[in-house]
Amino acid sequence: MPETTTPSLVVNEQKGINICEFTCSKILDETNIKEIGDVLGALIERREYPKILLDFANVDHLSSAALGMLINANNRLRQRNGQLRLCKIRPQILEVFAITKLNKLFRILSTRDEALESFTH
Amino acid sequence: MSEETDCPSAAPTKPNLRFTIPSDFKFSCDVQQQIMAEVDKHGYCESARFAIMLALEEAIVNAIKHGNQFDIRKSVYIEADVTAQSTRITVEDEGPGFDRCSVPDPRARENLEKCSGRGILLIEAYMTRVEWTNKGKRLTMYRVNEPDAEEAVGCVA
Repeated sequence: MPETTTPSLVVNEQKGINICEFTCSKILDETNIKEIGDVLGALIERREYPKILLDFANVDHLSSAALGMLINANNRLRQRNGQLRLCKIRPQILEVFAITKLNKLFRILSTRDEALESFTH
Repeated sequence: MSEETDCPSAAPTKPNLRFTIPSDFKFSCDVQQQIMAEVDKHGYCESARFAIMLALEEAIVNAIKHGNQFDIRKSVYIEADVTAQSTRITVEDEGPGFDRCSVPDPRARENLEKCSGRGILLIEAYMTRVEWTNKGKRLTMYRVNEPDAEEAVGCVA
């Protein structure tokens, strides 16, 4: 059952992990990006040791501003001793992460199951 | 000019599309949609289409945000020449200009966790050729309609 629904992100919780699915195929618009960032921020602040999984299955375009939003979320998560995983990223989007070397910063897994199993408890 | 002959383009001298917009993101959507519609009309391969969409977004955001500093009185000028072989896009702002060589590499360890500064890297990675002129206020970028932009990306200050 969806816990929190926004036009851009659907969040479900499973075993203490917030699974966030992007609903828009293009994460380009600044308003959209801010909205996603605000939802992630609220999840991060909600509890100690937050765990967030971002599912990119529906995403076929994103901008550098979206990458900045993800980095900001990652930085805030670390401050809260939290964990972030990204999964199901399409090859074209994965290339964006590789070109910017952000594939070294984020933990990126192929499937949702792999990502869920990778969280330390 | 050498940049015209380097790119395998049959682009006419007059661009297909021309736009002038204020420095506000809400005006850029329609521009991007029209340019991408022209790209789609010419049946670009998926990777070239992705590259153009990304570079166009980054270029316009940079012009509005960094070039014109969101000053609504300043305009961004966008031109696009789309043929079946290649696309040339020019984005120009009315800001003070900048030195491309002074932009830090966002891939450097000390910059990796910074939230901004990746737009130019992405433009230069995805477009076949990129030129910065008029003190950095004018960006001209080319993308061939081929799966991989194999030509080395260059920039001219």
